[in-house]
Amino acid sequence: MPNEAKKSQSFQKFEPYMEKLEPYIEKAKAYRDKVLAMNNDSLEKTIAVALSICFVCAILVSFSAVALKPIQQHNKALDMKKNILEVAGLLEPGMDIDSAFDEKIEARIVDLATGDYVEDIDVDAYDQRKAAKDPELSEVIPREKDIAAIKVKAKLAKVYLVKSSDGQIQSIILPVHGYGLWSTMYGFLALEADGQTVQSINFYDQAETPGLGGEVVNPNWGALWKGKKVYSDSGEPALELIKGVVDPGKPGSEYQVDGLAGATLTSRGVTNLVRYWMSEEGFAPFLAKIRQNGVG
Amino acid sequence: MSAVINSETKKVLVTPLINENPITLQVLGICSALAVTSQMSTSLIMAVALTSVTACSSAAISAIRNHIPSSIRIIVQMTIIASLVIVVDQILKAFAYEISKQLSVFVGLIITNCIVMGRAEAYAMKNPPLQSFMDGIGNGLGYSLILVIVAFFRELFGSGKLLGIEIFQLTKDGGWYDPNGLMLLPPSAFFIIGIIIWVYRQWKPVQQEEPDFKILDIAHGEGGHH
Repeated sequence: MPNEAKKSQSFQKFEPYMEKLEPYIEKAKAYRDKVLAMNNDSLEKTIAVALSICFVCAILVSFSAVALKPIQQHNKALDMKKNILEVAGLLEPGMDIDSAFDEKIEARIVDLATGDYVEDIDVDAYDQRKAAKDPELSEVIPREKDIAAIKVKAKLAKVYLVKSSDGQIQSIILPVHGYGLWSTMYGFLALEADGQTVQSINFYDQAETPGLGGEVVNPNWGALWKGKKVYSDSGEPALELIKGVVDPGKPGSEYQVDGLAGATLTSRGVTNLVRYWMSEEGFAPFLAKIRQNGVG
Repeated sequence: MSAVINSETKKVLVTPLINENPITLQVLGICSALAVTSQMSTSLIMAVALTSVTACSSAAISAIRNHIPSSIRIIVQMTIIASLVIVVDQILKAFAYEISKQLSVFVGLIITNCIVMGRAEAYAMKNPPLQSFMDGIGNGLGYSLILVIVAFFRELFGSGKLLGIEIFQLTKDGGWYDPNGLMLLPPSAFFIIGIIIWVYRQWKPVQQEEPDFKILDIAHGEGGHH
């Protein structure tokens, strides 16, 4: 064999195994030559070609999927952190996202039903979106309560807290999602420590109409949410998107945000998902505890 | 290399750009041309993805063309195309994450893009690998050309930007341009592609199709029956 010399050192230790395999390789080669010489339309060749194509393609696909997975997961995690920093108003262009995230933001797991923190679970490993698909970790939402049209929710939610140096909560970042016009929109809603005043909202995963409903990702629109109130005096979630522009002079305008032009159904979806996640079904018990105790 | 760039190679590279453009002459691959052209950046990535899939699948299919049993011909082609599409999708997710998020399902849908399959059937099954590869590149570029033209108009008039850089200042940001919302919706790509096809066929009348049937002139009969 001419390329014998090119074989690297590390390959040498496979030599004994290679010798054992030699007869099988010879057999395979002989079979290959036999198949190649066969009539294309014979049954045996059809099966042999089909199997070898599947084999080669399967190797190609699984190799690319496995080899690129670490980079893809890193991208996903980075994108998530970027969104959390952005909704907290801490994102600056050119900053090191990983270290800024570790420094300023604390992830906690909350039991939605009671509003208590859950300590005996690995925060970094918990994936709320995956948990929502696991019947053990999720629950089906009764139809009449399912205003955000999401059908199931994870029992535990992963929330993020921004704290000042003396441990006071500055913002509470809550994961929210709900159905818009075409897609389930996933995003974060940032509230101030009072659990009532909105800081910002953004969506990191959605497939609404670009330019219309897709404007939910527009930071200019997200900025309109600043200072709005979530709960009315009676404690019900009252925040909503309205058609057109909010008149700041009108009573109740603190509960209203401009709807997205040309995207009535997406706007309705956003209203519904905010109301759902702020209700007793969502984060209301948790926010009530935060207001009582001050520090989480 | 001069032997490689012979007249046949040149022909398969250049003719699909204008004279045999897969979109305007063959009217293939329209669905994705509607879906991904609202921005220049997404359509450029889509164009690169489709061109590389077409070129590689044509080359691979051509390499084994003498051993593909005719009874499973199509499924063998589809398996190769689908595998390459998955690989491209994985690469985009790893190295162009933001864009791959916007392209979402449309990268996966390259599998069903008629151009890829069409070139495999029409060219790669009969020609050697290197030329089939070039044919794939040529057709991919023909598709890319139309995609970029459509995206140019849609992004410019739909959001006043090109490649995300502001060209026309929008009224909502205090400028003068009121964007055309239709340009952001898929039907606008239909209109633009229609106009491109019209311009092409005025320019190259050879591309005009014969009508399937003619309406007979019966004006000077007395109602037609005798």
